[in-house]
Amino acid sequence: MTSLPASTPFISPRARPVRVRLRAVFEWLMESALFLVTGLSVITTLAIIVILVHETWKFFTMRGADGQLLVPVKDFLTDSMWSPLLSNPPRFGVASLVSGTLLVTAIAAAFALPLGLLTAVYLSEYAPRRVRSLLKSLLEILAGIPTVVYGFFALTFITPNLLQPISGSFGTHSAMSAGIAVGIMILPIVSSLAEDALRAVPQSLRDGSLALGSTKAETILRVVIPAALSGIVASFLLAITRAIGETMIVALAAGGGVAQLTVDPAAQVQTMTAYMVQVFLGDAPAGGVEYQSSYAVAFTLFAFTFVMTWIGALILRRYREVYE
Amino acid sequence: MTRPEAPLTSRTRMSQVVLIACALAAFIAVTALASLLLSIAVEGTGSLSWKFLTSFASRKAASAGILAPLAGSVWVCAICAFVAIPMGIGTALYLEEYAKKSRLQGIIQLNISNLAGVPSIVYGLLALAVFVRCFGFRSGETPLSFSVDWSAMRILSPGDPDSLWFIQIPFGSGVLAGGLTLALVVLPIMITASQEALRAVPKSLRQAAEALGSTRWQVAWRVTLPAALPTMMTGAILSISRALGEAAPLLVIGGFLMVMQTPTNLMSDFTVLPMQIYNWSGRPQEEFHRIAAAAIIVQLAVLLTFNALAIFVRQSFQKPLQS
Repeated sequence: MTSLPASTPFISPRARPVRVRLRAVFEWLMESALFLVTGLSVITTLAIIVILVHETWKFFTMRGADGQLLVPVKDFLTDSMWSPLLSNPPRFGVASLVSGTLLVTAIAAAFALPLGLLTAVYLSEYAPRRVRSLLKSLLEILAGIPTVVYGFFALTFITPNLLQPISGSFGTHSAMSAGIAVGIMILPIVSSLAEDALRAVPQSLRDGSLALGSTKAETILRVVIPAALSGIVASFLLAITRAIGETMIVALAAGGGVAQLTVDPAAQVQTMTAYMVQVFLGDAPAGGVEYQSSYAVAFTLFAFTFVMTWIGALILRRYREVYE
Repeated sequence: MTRPEAPLTSRTRMSQVVLIACALAAFIAVTALASLLLSIAVEGTGSLSWKFLTSFASRKAASAGILAPLAGSVWVCAICAFVAIPMGIGTALYLEEYAKKSRLQGIIQLNISNLAGVPSIVYGLLALAVFVRCFGFRSGETPLSFSVDWSAMRILSPGDPDSLWFIQIPFGSGVLAGGLTLALVVLPIMITASQEALRAVPKSLRQAAEALGSTRWQVAWRVTLPAALPTMMTGAILSISRALGEAAPLLVIGGFLMVMQTPTNLMSDFTVLPMQIYNWSGRPQEEFHRIAAAAIIVQLAVLLTFNALAIFVRQSFQKPLQS
């Protein structure tokens, strides 16, 4: 008995030496510790939701000196003007900020989604191996550039060198300039994720299509892309989510402090994120109606991205084709 | 009856159009990158000097430098790494080694992908409530403060603000709050990267360890973790370089735009490079754009070093693990 090593598992439970029992306690401790660490990520999500709901509730229940609600939910959702400082009484119609966000996102998506998908097709279907690895590392660099750098690029390059020569209606700040910069920022997300989806399509599908007499382009358009569609759509949704939440580019390039309901790409717009930056950088007193409004905006922003992420997860789960 | 120069049929012509469109798209992506890097290099190299790296911010562009944001970035990212890397690896270990294929894993996995989609500025709001204000603890009063005197092994209260071990509760917008904020932002990325590293470890290694009578923790600690560590470190370096580029959540927690000293302890005021770049880029004067570009060059140089380090780690420590 004593000749057996202490950690052998074949000793009857009652005869287990102290070391083995300590081992069991240690195992339990480590598992619990890891479980607690894992729980923190769930707590983070819950904490975000609780704080946003709590502060947004405070915003909607604020009352003025006359006992009236300052910002009823109905005004928040239906008013067409967002002007917390310049108008009296201040107006809080979130539609102006949402339209700013959607305009910038739409411009970015119109630029980055087709370009990203075509780049992905080139990388996965056409590019020779060395070109592919070179291109991929260049796109990786693009993905690693901080977003504030894109904002700077929009201000100092895109606006004066691309937009202003085309049309005199572009000022220093415009939705177009910010939109293009956001587009460049999300391009590597689309191209790398879509490429992963395309490469996951088995070679036998391509071979079958080619053997039946299709050209390479027909194979790509009618076989490879449809087979990878769920992954491609998921990459689009992820890119759009990033564009909606993008802050530093729009804070620099999209406009000054004026929100407006417009679809004119040459106009200055304010996005939800840019408004939050304005509030937290400005000297709005904490607890005031302007300060508190940023939480209602953040809640709206969070709802947008949350829904997008869910749709993406659902599409991947429902429509993913698994090839063995 | 084929003619020597048969014209392309419309189908093969279509095929060429698709090829050209795809190659053109890839070319545009590369052009965008090239023009971004070139325009910044042209604008910024003139302002880059040793003096620029070692002076503080100033109202005059000619004498302004980036010492404070450089030091701030180092402090904040060190704290972020110290918190996010162990937590990311711990979570990944639990999900991959303990809760594999359970319902709990499914829920947490969905939650992590949701967190990864949350805009970073929203993390700033969370951090403002939790770290900067500590849920309103002692709001309106003087904060609870203490410092640790290691030589005499005692705790001083109220603390000495000049000491390295000075702590205040609530934390306020110091480097500790900044680092923890960034840790929240990069944690989902770190978890996902570590999970992928663990998944790449062949099953046979685990099975061999289990067959020899190892417990779960022994398998995780002595077998899978060492095998996955190089890939994990690559993920860690990339997560930290993400943190290095974040400005939005730090603007929300009240980071300072004009800081005239380097941090001395966890409660010190700070600014980081992206915030400084934001501040200078937003000004109308051309000379501030030039120093913004110079600061961007420094930032990109640091990021490239990080990337090179990640590639170096990946290539030199990764042993082929094919079963």
